Amino acid sequence: MPGHLLSVRDLTKAFGGFVAVNRVSFELAEGEILGLIGPNGSGKSTTFNLIAGALAPTSGSIRLREREIGGLYADRVAHMGVGRTFQIPRPFRKLSLVENVALAAYYGQERRPGRERAYAQAREALELVNLPSEPLARVDGLGAAGLKKLELARALATQPRLLLADESLGGLDETEMNQAADMLSGIRDKRGVTIIWVEHIMGALMRVVDRCVVLDHGEVIAAGKPHEVAHDPKVIEVYLGTDAAQVQANIAARET
Amino acid sequence: MKYAALALLAAAPLLGMGNYPLHLLIMCVLWGYVYTSWSVMGRLGMVSFGHGAFMGIGAYVVVMAWNHYGLSPWIGAPIALVLTAIVALLIGYPCFRFKIVGHYFALVTLALSEVTRLIIVALRDQTGGSLGVTPNTALAETSYSLGALQFSSKLVWFYVILAFWLGGLWIWKKVDESMGRLALEAISQEEDAAASIGINVTRLKLRVTLISALMTCMGGVLYAQYQAYVNPETVSGIGISLQMVFGAIAGGMFVRLGPTVGAVFTLLLAEGLRLWFGNLYHGLDLTVYGLMLVLFIIYMPKGILGAATQAWEKRRGGVARAA
Repeated sequence: MPGHLLSVRDLTKAFGGFVAVNRVSFELAEGEILGLIGPNGSGKSTTFNLIAGALAPTSGSIRLREREIGGLYADRVAHMGVGRTFQIPRPFRKLSLVENVALAAYYGQERRPGRERAYAQAREALELVNLPSEPLARVDGLGAAGLKKLELARALATQPRLLLADESLGGLDETEMNQAADMLSGIRDKRGVTIIWVEHIMGALMRVVDRCVVLDHGEVIAAGKPHEVAHDPKVIEVYLGTDAAQVQANIAARET
Repeated sequence: MKYAALALLAAAPLLGMGNYPLHLLIMCVLWGYVYTSWSVMGRLGMVSFGHGAFMGIGAYVVVMAWNHYGLSPWIGAPIALVLTAIVALLIGYPCFRFKIVGHYFALVTLALSEVTRLIIVALRDQTGGSLGVTPNTALAETSYSLGALQFSSKLVWFYVILAFWLGGLWIWKKVDESMGRLALEAISQEEDAAASIGINVTRLKLRVTLISALMTCMGGVLYAQYQAYVNPETVSGIGISLQMVFGAIAGGMFVRLGPTVGAVFTLLLAEGLRLWFGNLYHGLDLTVYGLMLVLFIIYMPKGILGAATQAWEKRRGGVARAA
């Protein structure tokens, strides 16, 4: 039994009097895909930003392979092996696709590779997400799905052990959502990367995650296998509502 | 072609140029160097209105060290550089750490250049205040003094300053080709995303700020030694800082020779205004700079050389397609 890659204990973040994340705890095994779900405003993104170092926790601990990373700056967290994507894609628009990703390969690793190697790793990451890797490809031509892929390629180029994917597939259609889901599980299988997938639409996510943690009002209300969580009355009550039928259908599809 | 142009420039003063044209040429190259120094960071999204401070430190420290302590500029210049580095770090670190960017960064730096000018004026017993100061001459009996870095021949100054200008262009090229330049462009577009891929935003910004500030400080040293007269208005304060920003933007800060073109442009503009209006309206040049800055930003954001290069490439592209 391999040790935990990530262990979050009593993580709390308060913005003034508002507690966005309240004593959240969960663990993540090496090679797992964890779905971090919950309705809008439930604290998913805040939790995510705390782990990624974009925010500093008010209290609690975040340990990556037994090393405390809570409160470190984002660039340090990246060097420790955590890659992230942004919910709203943030490409460097004035740079080419390869440059976008090569920067991540060059600056994102604990030991900085040479420029040649960084560009090679960038092309590899772009190919992994099916984006063009030729030098002249620009960001401008990409649609919503393409920009999400670029986010993913950039995060992967830092050669992370843990990938924080803020997917929020809201802008994508059904086929694109399923493609995105398959891509993440493909990345786990090929790269051995552990993944936390943040999402508020449960449908596509349920097909690929090993476990779910459900947040509501900043607190964990359920955790476990997808079908356990989906049947949990608390989850159905606060979160699923009319979506429940679709989730059941997806789980059924997964089990056949 | 490039080297031919450079050779022509280097040989120009030998072809019997008058004193005044040679002086103008030197000033063009000197300000070209200073604007190039400014653009090293300016074009990467850090628009500083504080470079007058670095230039002022360079100019005043060498003159003060020489006049009051008899320290040669060879010692004064390193002192000025160290002081500039300290000031740049003191201003830069909090700005970059706390994400003070864009207009707010411009405001903070604007204050810095004005504070420097006020300090120089306030220390009038040492600095000569707003009347300025002249370094004690070492040229009473000779035509040059290497120790005092004073040369009576303009020709010597031309080549010294030309060398610095070339050095400045070389640094520009080195910065341009580095991964750091890409990283800083990434930072100027999406700072959080840049940090998320492991870029240490604060350190990179500080590094390029330091390069730019130290280069500008040397510009101040050269200016003081060449002119043998410094004045708070001409080496520090808002006026000179604004002039740098305007010159670099007017010439085009995204092409290597753009700031130099900007220097030629601002210098000819200033001389022209002086010829047309004399000293009738104090501050007229600043007013015109401000007005033209607005016009340039709206109508020619890439500057004179930037726009020209673009037009040239478009034409050539059109010809290539037609052929």
